Amino acid sequence: MNPWAVYALSGVAMFSVGLVGLFSHEHPVKRILASNIAGSGVLLVLVALARREPTGAPDPVPHALVLTGIVVSVSATALGVALARRIARIDATAKAESTGASDPEAGGGSA
Amino acid sequence: MSLWDGVCAVFMVAGAFFCLAGTVGVLRFPDVYCRLHALTKVDNLGLGLVVVGLALQSGSWATALELLLVWLFVLISSAFTCQLIARAALRRGAAPWTGRREP
Amino acid sequence: MTAALLDACLALCLPLLAWLVLRTESLSQSVVLFVAMGLLSALAWARLDAPDISLVEAAVGTGLTGALLMHTLSWTDERPPDVAARARHRPWAVVAMAALTGMLGWAVLSLPSDDPGLTREVDAHLAESGVEHPVTAVLLNYRGYDTLLEIAVLLVAVLGARAVNPRSERTTPEPSRDPLTGELFRMMTPALLLVAGYLVWVGEHGPGGAFQAGAILAGGGVVALLTTRLGTPRMSSWRVRWALLTGPLLFIGAAVAPLFSGRALLEYREAQAGTVIFVVELALTVSIAMVLWMFFPGMRPARAERSGKEPS
Repeated sequence: MNPWAVYALSGVAMFSVGLVGLFSHEHPVKRILASNIAGSGVLLVLVALARREPTGAPDPVPHALVLTGIVVSVSATALGVALARRIARIDATAKAESTGASDPEAGGGSA
Repeated sequence: MSLWDGVCAVFMVAGAFFCLAGTVGVLRFPDVYCRLHALTKVDNLGLGLVVVGLALQSGSWATALELLLVWLFVLISSAFTCQLIARAALRRGAAPWTGRREP
Repeated sequence: MTAALLDACLALCLPLLAWLVLRTESLSQSVVLFVAMGLLSALAWARLDAPDISLVEAAVGTGLTGALLMHTLSWTDERPPDVAARARHRPWAVVAMAALTGMLGWAVLSLPSDDPGLTREVDAHLAESGVEHPVTAVLLNYRGYDTLLEIAVLLVAVLGARAVNPRSERTTPEPSRDPLTGELFRMMTPALLLVAGYLVWVGEHGPGGAFQAGAILAGGGVVALLTTRLGTPRMSSWRVRWALLTGPLLFIGAAVAPLFSGRALLEYREAQAGTVIFVVELALTVSIAMVLWMFFPGMRPARAERSGKEPS
């Protein structure tokens, strides 16, 4: 099998693993990780497809797209993390109000 | 394969051995401090020996210098991160392994 | 033979690690596995002759994302333990995904296996682009609008990330009692600046450029946040705002300028293209570094220590 096909299939597998993870996890950090994994899979397929001609330099257009994609995915991750932080804070406050406890940080231990 | 290649190969195989040993240590050692000890062998000796082998093989001073710089930077950052991780673990109360089995 | 073995090994390890990342119950372990996966994919990109992507992956995709996620775990202790990181078992999802993998794999394999893509077109016009490195030419000349919009995406993301968390949450770190911390930053800073400058300069004719350099600088900034008394930059500061805006503004200026002399958007004059691209890259480096750095919220060392038993 061609080297590019090996990596393209690997990328397809990563994408599927990431997608399964996205659907089967509740925790926001796990979901962020899953979407990152799915994204990495897509990028791997793109770069593998750029390497289809065995000789000479690979196709630079997908390379540029993937460069852009990695930076966009880190910004999406950062935004996701910020939103998850906000949700965690709101949940903690709501929980503290409903149980009458004053300290929202008391339920620690899952990190 | 010339004698020179043989020398390079010896260096790189030795480096690979230290990487393997360090990895086994990380997987098998009982507490975070021992694991850090094993891990630093990978950075210092494993990477160092591989870098020496590659630098001898590279055939140009510039490339050899670049490889040694890579090693130097990894040494600096691994020395610091090792200390920081150990300190954070100690602060969080991870008890060092004393050699006795857990009851 | 050895090369094929390495390829097969990498290609197998990547999905396996991805699966482990999502399978592991401890969040910190899955973040560490994620970082390992990122480093392996940097290797895979080096094997696929994509040194630019390998650099960005190692610095941004793995380094900064890993640090960001690791840092995020310092607040997950607010979550009640019953919303654990455990996966719900949904067999139908796995079956559907297996089918999807099969279909996608079949589609990928049925593509023509020696298609050069746009390599010829890029090479044919490389002399007019003002730079010698094809990836830089695509990023800042042929498809400059992609990069322009990407910078806009980065700005929106950093504004969003800052907007959803009110200022009161962003505590500055307590003064460090540690003689070690800070020393790493002092030792690494000259090398970081040198590498970043070199990467911007080399982007014109080799792997490198604004993204790599900005990522390296942001990495240095994160080390500074973690080890020195330096707090997170505040959005209210004018200097921060200008640093965020130089890249986009200069890029928009360079993109719009050709319109006034009857050419298309981003159609640089051939003689000036090299200079314009270099200036835009410099400005983009500053803005990208700033954006990536701003993604890191303030530290919470005091609280992290207070809650501190080692989870096992």
